[in-house]
Amino acid sequence: MIELSGFAALYIFMLAAFTGYEVIAKVPAILHTPLMSGSNFVHGIVVVGAMVALGHADTFLTQLVGFIGVILGAGNAVGGYVVTERMLEMFKASGDKN
Amino acid sequence: MDLLIQVSYFAAAFLFIMGLKRMSSPVTAASGIKWAGAGMVVATVITFAYPDLHNYFLMTTAIFIGGVLAWWTGKKVAMTDMPQMIALYNGMGGGSAAAISAVELASSVNHGPVITTLAVLGGIIGSVSFSGSLIAFGKLQGLIKGSFRFSGQNLVNIAMLAVTGLLGLLIITSGGGGFSVFLLFVVALALGVTMTVPIGGADMPVVISLYNALTGLAVAFEGFVLNNAAMIIAGTVVGSAGSLLTQLMAKAMNRSLGNVLFSGFGDTEAVAAEGDQGVMKPIDANDVGIMMAFAEKVLIVPGYGMAVAQAQHKVWELCQLLIDRGVKVKFAIHPVAGRMPGHMNVLLAEAGVPYDLIYDQEEINAEFETTDVALVIGANDVVNPVARSDPSSPIYGMPILNADKARNCIVVKRGQGAGFSGIQNALFFLDNTRMLYGDGQEMASELIQAVKSL
Repeated sequence: MIELSGFAALYIFMLAAFTGYEVIAKVPAILHTPLMSGSNFVHGIVVVGAMVALGHADTFLTQLVGFIGVILGAGNAVGGYVVTERMLEMFKASGDKN
Repeated sequence: MDLLIQVSYFAAAFLFIMGLKRMSSPVTAASGIKWAGAGMVVATVITFAYPDLHNYFLMTTAIFIGGVLAWWTGKKVAMTDMPQMIALYNGMGGGSAAAISAVELASSVNHGPVITTLAVLGGIIGSVSFSGSLIAFGKLQGLIKGSFRFSGQNLVNIAMLAVTGLLGLLIITSGGGGFSVFLLFVVALALGVTMTVPIGGADMPVVISLYNALTGLAVAFEGFVLNNAAMIIAGTVVGSAGSLLTQLMAKAMNRSLGNVLFSGFGDTEAVAAEGDQGVMKPIDANDVGIMMAFAEKVLIVPGYGMAVAQAQHKVWELCQLLIDRGVKVKFAIHPVAGRMPGHMNVLLAEAGVPYDLIYDQEEINAEFETTDVALVIGANDVVNPVARSDPSSPIYGMPILNADKARNCIVVKRGQGAGFSGIQNALFFLDNTRMLYGDGQEMASELIQAVKSL
Protein backbone atom coordinates (compact mmCIF):
# COMPACT_ATOMS: atom_id res chain seq x y z
CA MET A 1 0.00 0.00 0.00
CA ILE A 2 1.16 3.51 -0.74
CA GLU A 3 1.56 5.22 2.61
CA LEU A 4 -0.08 8.63 2.95
CA SER A 5 2.35 10.64 5.03
CA GLY A 6 0.85 12.91 7.70
CA PHE A 7 0.94 16.15 5.82
CA ALA A 8 -0.19 14.74 2.48
CA ALA A 9 -3.26 13.37 4.30
CA LEU A 10 -3.83 16.75 5.93
CA TYR A 11 -3.73 18.48 2.54
CA ILE A 12 -6.24 15.98 1.16
CA PHE A 13 -8.47 16.69 4.16
CA MET A 14 -8.36 20.46 3.63
CA LEU A 15 -8.95 20.35 -0.12
CA ALA A 16 -11.78 17.84 0.20
CA ALA A 17 -13.46 20.06 2.81
CA PHE A 18 -13.42 23.02 0.40
CA THR A 19 -14.64 20.80 -2.42
CA GLY A 20 -17.63 19.65 -0.39
CA TYR A 21 -18.52 23.20 0.49
CA GLU A 22 -18.26 24.45 -3.11
CA VAL A 23 -20.18 21.56 -4.60
CA ILE A 24 -23.16 22.21 -2.33
CA ALA A 25 -23.00 26.00 -2.07
CA LYS A 26 -25.40 26.84 -4.90
CA VAL A 27 -27.92 24.04 -4.53
CA PRO A 28 -31.60 25.09 -4.75
CA ALA A 29 -33.84 24.31 -1.75
CA ILE A 30 -35.89 21.97 -3.98
CA LEU A 31 -33.00 19.47 -3.82
CA HIS A 32 -32.12 19.67 -0.13
CA THR A 33 -33.73 16.39 0.85
CA PRO A 34 -32.38 14.29 -2.06
CA LEU A 35 -28.96 15.87 -1.66
CA MET A 36 -28.82 15.09 2.04
CA SER A 37 -29.80 11.55 1.14
CA GLY A 38 -27.16 11.48 -1.61
CA SER A 39 -24.39 12.67 0.69
CA ASN A 40 -25.63 10.12 3.22
CA PHE A 41 -25.05 7.49 0.52
CA VAL A 42 -21.53 8.75 -0.22
CA HIS A 43 -20.32 8.21 3.35
CA GLY A 44 -21.49 4.63 2.86
CA ILE A 45 -17.88 4.20 1.61
CA VAL A 46 -17.33 3.33 5.27
CA VAL A 47 -18.26 -0.23 4.26
CA VAL A 48 -14.84 -0.48 2.59
CA GLY A 49 -13.13 0.43 5.84
CA ALA A 50 -15.28 -1.99 7.78
CA MET A 51 -14.30 -4.76 5.35
CA VAL A 52 -10.61 -4.02 5.94
CA ALA A 53 -11.15 -3.89 9.71
CA LEU A 54 -12.99 -7.23 9.63
CA GLY A 55 -10.25 -8.60 7.39
CA HIS A 56 -7.66 -7.75 10.06
CA ALA A 57 -9.74 -9.02 12.97
CA ASP A 58 -8.28 -12.11 14.67
CA THR A 59 -10.20 -12.58 17.92
CA PHE A 60 -13.84 -13.61 18.22
CA LEU A 61 -14.82 -10.25 19.70
CA THR A 62 -13.15 -8.11 17.03
CA GLN A 63 -14.57 -10.40 14.33
CA LEU A 64 -18.04 -9.90 15.77
CA VAL A 65 -17.67 -6.11 15.95
CA GLY A 66 -16.19 -6.04 12.44
CA PHE A 67 -19.00 -8.23 11.14
CA ILE A 68 -21.61 -5.85 12.58
CA GLY A 69 -19.63 -2.94 11.14
CA VAL A 70 -19.78 -4.40 7.63
CA ILE A 71 -23.53 -5.07 7.96
CA LEU A 72 -24.12 -1.47 9.06
CA GLY A 73 -21.83 -0.03 6.39
CA ALA A 74 -23.46 -2.07 3.62
CA GLY A 75 -26.86 -0.96 4.91
CA ASN A 76 -25.75 2.68 4.77
CA ALA A 77 -24.49 2.35 1.19
CA VAL A 78 -27.31 0.26 -0.27
CA GLY A 79 -30.15 1.98 1.59
CA GLY A 80 -28.78 5.43 0.83
CA TYR A 81 -28.54 4.57 -2.84
CA VAL A 82 -32.03 3.10 -3.14
CA VAL A 83 -33.90 5.98 -1.48
CA THR A 84 -31.86 8.69 -3.25
CA GLU A 85 -32.44 7.10 -6.65
CA ARG A 86 -36.17 6.73 -5.93
CA MET A 87 -36.47 10.41 -5.03
CA LEU A 88 -34.40 11.75 -7.91
CA GLU A 89 -36.13 9.57 -10.52
CA MET A 90 -39.35 11.48 -9.79
CA PHE A 91 -38.01 14.93 -10.65
CA LYS A 92 -39.28 15.78 -14.12
CA ALA A 93 -39.62 19.03 -16.05
CA SER A 94 -43.00 19.79 -17.64
CA GLY A 95 -41.53 19.13 -21.12
CA ASP A 96 -40.46 15.57 -20.24
CA LYS A 97 -42.57 12.58 -21.14
CA ASN A 98 -43.20 9.98 -18.46
CA MET B 1 -2.30 -5.17 -7.41
CA ASP B 2 -1.51 -2.26 -5.13
CA LEU B 3 -1.58 0.07 -8.12
CA LEU B 4 -4.93 -1.28 -9.27
CA ILE B 5 -6.39 -0.76 -5.77
CA GLN B 6 -5.11 2.81 -5.65
CA VAL B 7 -6.40 3.58 -9.15
CA SER B 8 -9.82 2.18 -8.19
CA TYR B 9 -10.03 4.25 -5.01
CA PHE B 10 -9.00 7.31 -6.98
CA ALA B 11 -11.73 6.63 -9.54
CA ALA B 12 -14.25 6.15 -6.72
CA ALA B 13 -13.34 9.49 -5.13
CA PHE B 14 -13.67 11.21 -8.51
CA LEU B 15 -17.07 9.59 -9.17
CA PHE B 16 -18.36 10.60 -5.70
CA ILE B 17 -17.48 14.27 -6.21
CA MET B 18 -18.85 14.36 -9.76
CA GLY B 19 -21.99 12.57 -8.60
CA LEU B 20 -22.60 15.08 -5.80
CA LYS B 21 -21.96 17.94 -8.21
CA ARG B 22 -24.56 16.56 -10.62
CA MET B 23 -27.01 16.03 -7.75
CA SER B 24 -26.97 19.76 -7.05
CA SER B 25 -29.03 20.61 -10.16
CA PRO B 26 -32.49 19.15 -10.88
CA VAL B 27 -31.62 18.59 -14.56
CA THR B 28 -28.67 16.28 -13.88
CA ALA B 29 -29.61 15.00 -10.42
CA ALA B 30 -30.94 11.59 -11.44
CA SER B 31 -27.67 10.72 -13.19
CA GLY B 32 -25.60 12.04 -10.26
CA ILE B 33 -26.60 9.25 -7.90
CA LYS B 34 -25.71 6.69 -10.59
CA TRP B 35 -22.20 8.15 -10.91
CA ALA B 36 -21.74 7.95 -7.16
CA GLY B 37 -23.22 4.45 -7.15
CA ALA B 38 -20.67 3.31 -9.75
CA GLY B 39 -17.91 4.70 -7.53
CA MET B 40 -19.22 2.67 -4.58
CA VAL B 41 -19.30 -0.57 -6.58
CA VAL B 42 -15.74 -0.07 -7.86
CA ALA B 43 -14.41 0.68 -4.35
CA THR B 44 -16.23 -2.24 -2.70
CA VAL B 45 -15.23 -4.85 -5.30
CA ILE B 46 -11.55 -3.89 -5.33
CA THR B 47 -11.37 -4.08 -1.54
CA PHE B 48 -11.66 -7.87 -1.79
CA ALA B 49 -8.21 -7.74 -3.44
CA TYR B 50 -6.72 -5.83 -0.47
CA PRO B 51 -3.50 -7.48 0.77
CA ASP B 52 -3.34 -9.55 3.98
CA LEU B 53 -7.08 -9.83 4.65
CA HIS B 54 -8.96 -12.87 5.91
CA ASN B 55 -12.54 -13.59 7.04
CA TYR B 56 -13.81 -13.32 3.43
CA PHE B 57 -16.81 -15.50 4.19
CA LEU B 58 -17.89 -13.25 7.07
CA MET B 59 -17.35 -10.19 4.88
CA THR B 60 -19.52 -11.46 2.04
CA THR B 61 -22.23 -12.64 4.42
CA ALA B 62 -22.33 -9.28 6.20
CA ILE B 63 -22.53 -7.32 2.93
CA PHE B 64 -25.32 -9.61 1.80
CA ILE B 65 -27.33 -9.25 5.05
CA GLY B 66 -26.92 -5.47 5.32
CA GLY B 67 -27.45 -4.92 1.62
CA VAL B 68 -30.59 -7.00 1.27
CA LEU B 69 -32.23 -5.56 4.39
CA ALA B 70 -31.49 -1.98 3.33
CA TRP B 71 -32.57 -2.63 -0.27
CA TRP B 72 -35.86 -4.06 0.86
CA THR B 73 -36.69 -1.31 3.36
CA GLY B 74 -35.51 1.42 0.98
CA LYS B 75 -37.76 0.18 -1.83
CA LYS B 76 -40.91 0.02 0.24
CA VAL B 77 -40.65 3.14 2.42
CA ALA B 78 -43.30 5.78 1.67
CA MET B 79 -42.10 9.17 0.46
CA THR B 80 -43.65 10.83 3.52
CA ASP B 81 -41.40 8.69 5.75
CA MET B 82 -38.20 9.57 3.90
CA PRO B 83 -36.62 11.80 6.62
CA GLN B 84 -36.56 9.05 9.24
CA MET B 85 -35.26 6.49 6.72
CA ILE B 86 -32.34 8.77 5.89
CA ALA B 87 -31.71 9.08 9.64
CA LEU B 88 -31.66 5.29 9.97
CA TYR B 89 -29.19 4.70 7.11
CA ASN B 90 -27.05 7.55 8.37
CA GLY B 91 -26.97 6.01 11.84
CA MET B 92 -25.80 2.73 10.31
CA GLY B 93 -22.88 4.56 8.70
CA GLY B 94 -21.95 6.12 12.03
CA GLY B 95 -22.16 2.71 13.70
CA SER B 96 -19.93 1.23 11.05
CA ALA B 97 -17.30 3.94 11.58
CA ALA B 98 -17.47 3.28 15.34
CA ALA B 99 -17.02 -0.44 14.72
CA ILE B 100 -13.87 0.19 12.65
CA SER B 101 -12.54 2.31 15.48
CA ALA B 102 -13.33 -0.38 18.06
CA VAL B 103 -11.59 -3.11 16.07
CA GLU B 104 -8.50 -0.99 15.46
CA LEU B 105 -8.27 0.18 19.08
CA ALA B 106 -8.71 -3.34 20.41
CA SER B 107 -6.09 -4.81 18.08
CA SER B 108 -2.63 -5.51 19.39
CA VAL B 109 -0.98 -3.29 16.76
CA ASN B 110 0.22 0.01 18.23
CA HIS B 111 -0.65 2.75 15.77
CA GLY B 112 1.16 5.61 17.47
CA PRO B 113 -0.45 8.60 19.16
CA VAL B 114 -1.66 10.52 16.07
CA ILE B 115 -3.51 7.63 14.48
CA THR B 116 -4.87 6.47 17.87
CA THR B 117 -6.21 9.98 18.48
CA LEU B 118 -8.01 9.96 15.12
CA ALA B 119 -9.38 6.48 15.81
CA VAL B 120 -10.71 7.65 19.19
CA LEU B 121 -12.28 10.81 17.70
CA GLY B 122 -13.86 8.85 14.84
CA GLY B 123 -15.15 6.30 17.33
CA ILE B 124 -16.74 8.92 19.59
CA ILE B 125 -18.32 10.87 16.72
CA GLY B 126 -19.50 7.72 14.97
CA SER B 127 -21.08 6.37 18.18
CA VAL B 128 -22.90 9.65 18.89
CA SER B 129 -24.13 9.74 15.31
CA PHE B 130 -25.27 6.11 15.54
CA SER B 131 -27.34 6.30 18.72
CA GLY B 132 -28.49 9.88 18.02
CA SER B 133 -29.74 8.98 14.55
CA LEU B 134 -31.60 5.96 15.94
CA ILE B 135 -33.37 8.24 18.44
CA ALA B 136 -34.20 10.68 15.62
CA PHE B 137 -35.61 7.78 13.61
CA GLY B 138 -37.66 6.62 16.59
CA LYS B 139 -39.08 10.08 17.16
CA LEU B 140 -40.11 10.74 13.56
CA GLN B 141 -41.47 7.21 13.19
CA GLY B 142 -43.59 7.80 16.30
CA LEU B 143 -41.89 5.01 18.28
CA ILE B 144 -40.62 7.52 20.84
CA LYS B 145 -43.23 10.00 21.98
CA GLY B 146 -42.59 13.36 23.60
CA SER B 147 -39.35 14.95 24.68
CA PHE B 148 -37.53 14.12 27.88
CA ARG B 149 -36.18 17.16 29.63
CA PHE B 150 -34.93 17.90 33.09
CA SER B 151 -33.09 20.85 34.53
CA GLY B 152 -29.34 20.68 34.13
CA GLN B 153 -29.63 18.42 31.10
CA ASN B 154 -27.00 20.37 29.22
CA LEU B 155 -24.65 20.00 32.19
CA VAL B 156 -25.11 16.24 32.17
CA ASN B 157 -24.28 16.18 28.47
CA ILE B 158 -21.18 18.28 28.99
CA ALA B 159 -20.11 15.99 31.82
CA MET B 160 -20.53 12.94 29.58
CA LEU B 161 -18.56 14.64 26.83
CA ALA B 162 -15.79 15.34 29.35
CA VAL B 163 -15.78 11.67 30.43
CA THR B 164 -15.39 10.50 26.82
CA GLY B 165 -12.57 13.03 26.40
CA LEU B 166 -10.77 11.71 29.49
CA LEU B 167 -11.22 8.09 28.46
CA GLY B 168 -9.93 9.02 25.01
CA LEU B 169 -6.83 10.61 26.53
CA LEU B 170 -6.27 7.52 28.67
CA ILE B 171 -6.46 5.29 25.60
CA ILE B 172 -4.15 7.52 23.58
CA THR B 173 -1.49 7.71 26.29
CA SER B 174 -1.68 4.04 27.28
CA GLY B 175 -1.88 2.80 23.69
CA GLY B 176 -5.38 1.38 23.83
CA GLY B 177 -6.88 -2.00 24.63
CA GLY B 178 -9.27 -3.43 27.17
CA PHE B 179 -11.85 -2.00 29.46
CA SER B 180 -11.30 1.72 28.78
CA VAL B 181 -12.10 1.19 25.08
CA PHE B 182 -15.32 -0.60 26.00
CA LEU B 183 -16.27 2.17 28.42
CA LEU B 184 -15.48 4.87 25.83
CA PHE B 185 -18.02 3.44 23.43
CA VAL B 186 -20.67 2.93 26.10
CA VAL B 187 -20.46 6.56 27.24
CA ALA B 188 -20.32 7.90 23.65
CA LEU B 189 -23.41 5.89 22.69
CA ALA B 190 -25.25 7.15 25.77
CA LEU B 191 -24.25 10.72 24.91
CA GLY B 192 -25.91 10.41 21.49
CA VAL B 193 -29.12 9.37 23.23
CA THR B 194 -29.16 12.10 25.87
CA MET B 195 -28.24 14.76 23.32
CA THR B 196 -31.13 13.83 21.03
CA VAL B 197 -34.05 13.00 23.31
CA PRO B 198 -34.80 16.59 24.39
CA ILE B 199 -35.06 17.85 20.80
CA GLY B 200 -38.58 18.22 19.43
CA GLY B 201 -39.88 16.56 16.26
CA ALA B 202 -40.05 19.77 14.22
CA ASP B 203 -36.32 20.37 14.68
CA MET B 204 -35.33 16.78 13.93
CA PRO B 205 -34.40 17.37 10.24
CA VAL B 206 -31.69 19.81 11.28
CA VAL B 207 -30.42 17.23 13.75
CA ILE B 208 -30.43 14.47 11.13
CA SER B 209 -28.49 16.71 8.79
CA LEU B 210 -25.99 17.42 11.56
CA TYR B 211 -25.49 13.71 12.27
CA ASN B 212 -25.07 13.17 8.54
CA ALA B 213 -22.17 15.62 8.56
CA LEU B 214 -20.76 14.01 11.73
CA THR B 215 -20.84 10.54 10.19
CA GLY B 216 -18.93 11.94 7.22
CA LEU B 217 -16.30 13.30 9.58
CA ALA B 218 -16.07 10.00 11.48
CA VAL B 219 -15.61 8.15 8.18
CA ALA B 220 -12.83 10.55 7.20
CA PHE B 221 -11.03 9.98 10.54
CA GLU B 222 -11.27 6.22 10.15
CA GLY B 223 -9.93 6.74 6.62
CA PHE B 224 -6.79 8.24 8.16
CA VAL B 225 -6.53 5.26 10.52
CA LEU B 226 -6.78 2.76 7.67
CA ASN B 227 -4.66 4.85 5.30
CA ASN B 228 -7.54 4.87 2.81
CA ALA B 229 -7.72 8.00 0.63
CA ALA B 230 -11.19 7.22 -0.78
CA MET B 231 -12.64 7.21 2.74
CA ILE B 232 -10.81 10.42 3.67
CA ILE B 233 -12.06 12.25 0.60
CA ALA B 234 -15.65 10.96 0.60
CA GLY B 235 -15.98 11.43 4.35
CA THR B 236 -14.56 14.94 4.35
CA VAL B 237 -16.63 16.06 1.36
CA VAL B 238 -19.79 14.84 3.12
CA GLY B 239 -18.64 16.37 6.40
CA SER B 240 -18.30 19.85 4.94
CA ALA B 241 -21.25 19.61 2.54
CA GLY B 242 -23.39 18.28 5.39
CA SER B 243 -22.33 21.12 7.70
CA LEU B 244 -23.33 23.67 5.06
CA LEU B 245 -26.63 21.90 4.45
CA THR B 246 -27.31 21.88 8.20
CA GLN B 247 -26.76 25.64 8.35
CA LEU B 248 -29.02 26.23 5.33
CA MET B 249 -31.78 24.22 6.99
CA ALA B 250 -31.46 25.97 10.32
CA LYS B 251 -31.53 29.31 8.51
CA ALA B 252 -34.66 28.33 6.58
CA MET B 253 -36.33 27.62 9.93
CA ASN B 254 -35.06 30.89 11.36
CA ARG B 255 -33.14 29.08 14.09
CA SER B 256 -29.48 28.91 14.93
CA LEU B 257 -27.93 25.50 15.31
CA GLY B 258 -27.13 26.13 18.96
CA ASN B 259 -30.74 27.09 19.53
CA VAL B 260 -31.94 23.82 17.99
CA LEU B 261 -29.53 21.68 20.02
CA PHE B 262 -29.79 23.30 23.42
CA SER B 263 -33.08 25.13 23.81
CA GLY B 264 -35.62 22.33 23.40
CA PHE B 265 -38.24 24.29 21.44
CA GLY B 266 -39.59 22.75 18.25
CA ASP B 267 -42.15 20.76 20.11
CA THR B 268 -45.81 21.52 20.48
CA GLU B 269 -45.99 24.38 22.90
CA ALA B 270 -49.59 25.45 23.13
CA VAL B 271 -50.00 29.19 22.96
CA ALA B 272 -53.36 30.52 24.00
CA ALA B 273 -55.23 32.34 21.26
CA GLU B 274 -55.11 35.98 22.18
CA GLY B 275 -58.63 37.28 22.38
CA ASP B 276 -61.17 37.42 19.60
CA GLN B 277 -59.64 38.04 16.21
CA GLY B 278 -62.90 38.09 14.24
CA VAL B 279 -64.65 35.21 12.57
CA MET B 280 -63.56 32.62 10.08
CA LYS B 281 -65.72 32.78 6.95
CA PRO B 282 -66.55 29.41 5.42
CA ILE B 283 -67.04 28.76 1.69
CA ASP B 284 -68.11 25.66 -0.24
CA ALA B 285 -66.19 23.77 -2.88
CA ASN B 286 -68.43 24.80 -5.79
CA ASP B 287 -67.76 28.49 -5.28
CA VAL B 288 -64.02 27.85 -4.94
CA GLY B 289 -64.07 25.79 -8.14
CA ILE B 290 -65.72 28.65 -10.06
CA MET B 291 -63.32 31.16 -8.55
CA MET B 292 -60.29 29.15 -9.59
CA ALA B 293 -61.57 28.22 -13.05
CA PHE B 294 -62.11 31.85 -14.02
CA ALA B 295 -58.94 33.15 -12.36
CA GLU B 296 -55.96 34.34 -14.31
CA LYS B 297 -53.38 33.13 -11.84
CA VAL B 298 -53.63 30.55 -9.05
CA LEU B 299 -50.92 29.77 -6.52
CA ILE B 300 -51.01 26.52 -4.57
CA VAL B 301 -49.45 26.62 -1.09
CA PRO B 302 -49.07 23.03 0.07
CA GLY B 303 -48.03 21.91 3.54
CA TYR B 304 -47.30 18.62 5.24
CA GLY B 305 -51.03 18.23 5.99
CA MET B 306 -51.62 17.76 2.26
CA ALA B 307 -49.18 14.86 2.20
CA VAL B 308 -50.71 13.31 5.33
CA ALA B 309 -54.12 13.41 3.62
CA GLN B 310 -52.46 11.92 0.51
CA ALA B 311 -54.07 14.77 -1.46
CA GLN B 312 -51.10 15.65 -3.71
CA HIS B 313 -52.28 13.50 -6.63
CA LYS B 314 -55.75 15.06 -6.57
CA VAL B 315 -54.33 18.55 -6.24
CA TRP B 316 -52.16 18.00 -9.30
CA GLU B 317 -55.18 16.63 -11.22
CA LEU B 318 -57.05 19.81 -10.29
CA CYS B 319 -54.12 21.94 -11.45
CA GLN B 320 -53.97 20.13 -14.79
CA LEU B 321 -57.67 20.92 -15.34
CA LEU B 322 -57.01 24.57 -14.55
CA ILE B 323 -53.95 24.70 -16.81
CA ASP B 324 -56.05 23.25 -19.65
CA ARG B 325 -58.47 26.12 -19.15
CA GLY B 326 -55.63 28.61 -19.53
CA VAL B 327 -55.19 29.44 -15.86
CA LYS B 328 -51.59 30.08 -14.78
CA VAL B 329 -50.85 27.68 -11.93
CA LYS B 330 -47.72 27.65 -9.78
CA PHE B 331 -46.74 25.94 -6.55
CA ALA B 332 -45.27 28.08 -3.77
CA ILE B 333 -43.09 26.08 -1.40
CA HIS B 334 -41.90 27.24 1.95
CA PRO B 335 -38.41 25.96 2.86
CA VAL B 336 -39.77 23.97 5.77
CA ALA B 337 -42.97 22.71 4.15
CA GLY B 338 -42.91 18.99 4.84
CA ARG B 339 -40.71 17.35 7.42
CA MET B 340 -37.40 18.63 6.08
CA PRO B 341 -36.34 21.28 3.57
CA GLY B 342 -37.05 20.02 0.08
CA HIS B 343 -39.29 17.21 1.33
CA MET B 344 -42.40 18.84 -0.17
CA ASN B 345 -40.71 18.95 -3.58
CA VAL B 346 -40.16 15.21 -3.36
CA LEU B 347 -43.81 14.62 -2.43
CA LEU B 348 -45.05 16.79 -5.32
CA ALA B 349 -42.62 15.14 -7.71
CA GLU B 350 -44.07 11.78 -6.65
CA ALA B 351 -47.52 13.03 -7.70
CA GLY B 352 -46.09 14.02 -11.09
CA VAL B 353 -45.84 17.79 -10.65
CA PRO B 354 -43.04 19.08 -12.96
CA TYR B 355 -40.30 20.84 -10.99
CA ASP B 356 -40.45 23.96 -13.17
CA LEU B 357 -43.93 24.76 -11.78
CA ILE B 358 -42.54 24.66 -8.24
CA TYR B 359 -41.12 27.87 -6.82
CA ASP B 360 -39.16 28.73 -3.69
CA GLN B 361 -40.44 31.33 -1.31
CA GLU B 362 -37.88 33.90 -2.47
CA GLU B 363 -38.83 33.49 -6.13
CA ILE B 364 -42.59 33.58 -5.66
CA ASN B 365 -43.38 35.85 -2.72
CA ALA B 366 -43.68 39.01 -4.82
CA GLU B 367 -46.24 37.32 -7.06
CA PHE B 368 -48.95 36.87 -4.44
CA GLU B 369 -50.12 40.46 -4.91
CA THR B 370 -51.00 39.75 -8.55
CA THR B 371 -52.58 36.39 -7.76
CA ASP B 372 -56.33 35.89 -7.97
CA VAL B 373 -56.56 32.79 -5.79
CA ALA B 374 -54.04 31.39 -3.31
CA LEU B 375 -55.06 27.87 -2.29
CA VAL B 376 -53.52 26.96 1.06
CA ILE B 377 -53.78 23.23 1.63
CA GLY B 378 -52.33 21.57 4.71
CA ALA B 379 -50.07 24.52 5.50
CA ASN B 380 -50.48 26.73 8.54
CA ASP B 381 -47.56 28.36 10.36
CA VAL B 382 -45.70 29.10 7.11
CA VAL B 383 -48.51 31.45 5.98
CA ASN B 384 -49.18 33.06 9.35
CA PRO B 385 -48.79 36.85 8.96
CA VAL B 386 -48.19 37.09 12.73
CA ALA B 387 -44.58 36.15 11.89
CA ARG B 388 -44.25 39.56 10.24
CA SER B 389 -46.24 41.67 12.69
CA ASP B 390 -46.21 40.33 16.25
CA PRO B 391 -42.83 40.36 18.05
CA SER B 392 -44.31 38.38 20.97
CA SER B 393 -45.09 35.36 18.80
CA PRO B 394 -42.71 32.38 18.93
CA ILE B 395 -42.60 32.35 15.12
CA TYR B 396 -41.92 36.10 14.85
CA GLY B 397 -39.21 36.72 12.27
CA MET B 398 -39.67 33.44 10.43
CA PRO B 399 -39.88 34.13 6.69
CA ILE B 400 -43.40 33.27 5.50
CA LEU B 401 -45.27 32.94 2.23
CA ASN B 402 -47.41 36.03 1.61
CA ALA B 403 -50.66 34.18 0.96
CA ASP B 404 -52.51 36.96 2.83
CA LYS B 405 -51.60 39.37 0.02
CA ALA B 406 -53.43 37.41 -2.69
CA ARG B 407 -56.77 38.82 -3.86
CA ASN B 408 -58.52 35.74 -2.52
CA CYS B 409 -57.07 33.25 -0.12
CA ILE B 410 -58.72 29.84 0.28
CA VAL B 411 -57.62 27.70 3.22
CA VAL B 412 -58.41 24.00 3.11
CA LYS B 413 -58.52 22.77 6.69
CA ARG B 414 -60.09 19.99 8.69
CA GLY B 415 -61.43 22.13 11.49
CA GLN B 416 -60.89 25.33 13.39
CA GLY B 417 -57.95 24.28 15.58
CA ALA B 418 -54.48 25.78 15.69
CA GLY B 419 -51.50 24.40 13.73
CA PHE B 420 -48.50 22.17 14.40
CA SER B 421 -46.95 24.79 16.68
CA GLY B 422 -50.23 25.52 18.44
CA ILE B 423 -50.14 29.15 17.34
CA GLN B 424 -53.35 30.84 16.23
CA ASN B 425 -53.22 31.83 12.56
CA ALA B 426 -54.22 35.44 11.81
CA LEU B 427 -54.56 34.61 8.10
CA PHE B 428 -57.80 32.70 8.76
CA PHE B 429 -59.55 35.83 10.01
CA LEU B 430 -58.70 38.20 7.16
CA ASP B 431 -61.38 39.74 4.94
CA ASN B 432 -59.98 38.14 1.78
CA THR B 433 -59.73 34.68 3.33
CA ARG B 434 -62.35 31.94 3.06
CA MET B 435 -62.19 28.60 4.87
CA LEU B 436 -62.94 25.39 2.99
CA TYR B 437 -63.51 22.87 5.79
CA GLY B 438 -62.82 19.22 5.14
CA ASP B 439 -60.26 16.52 4.47
CA GLY B 440 -57.62 17.62 1.95
CA GLN B 441 -58.17 14.73 -0.42
CA GLU B 442 -61.97 14.94 -0.38
CA MET B 443 -61.93 18.69 -0.90
CA ALA B 444 -59.51 18.35 -3.83
CA SER B 445 -61.88 15.80 -5.38
CA GLU B 446 -64.84 18.12 -4.89
CA LEU B 447 -62.91 20.97 -6.49
CA ILE B 448 -62.11 18.74 -9.46
CA GLN B 449 -65.83 17.96 -9.83
CA ALA B 450 -66.72 21.65 -9.55
CA VAL B 451 -64.24 22.64 -12.26
CA LYS B 452 -65.26 19.74 -14.53
CA SER B 453 -68.96 20.59 -14.31
CA LEU B 454 -68.44 24.11 -15.62
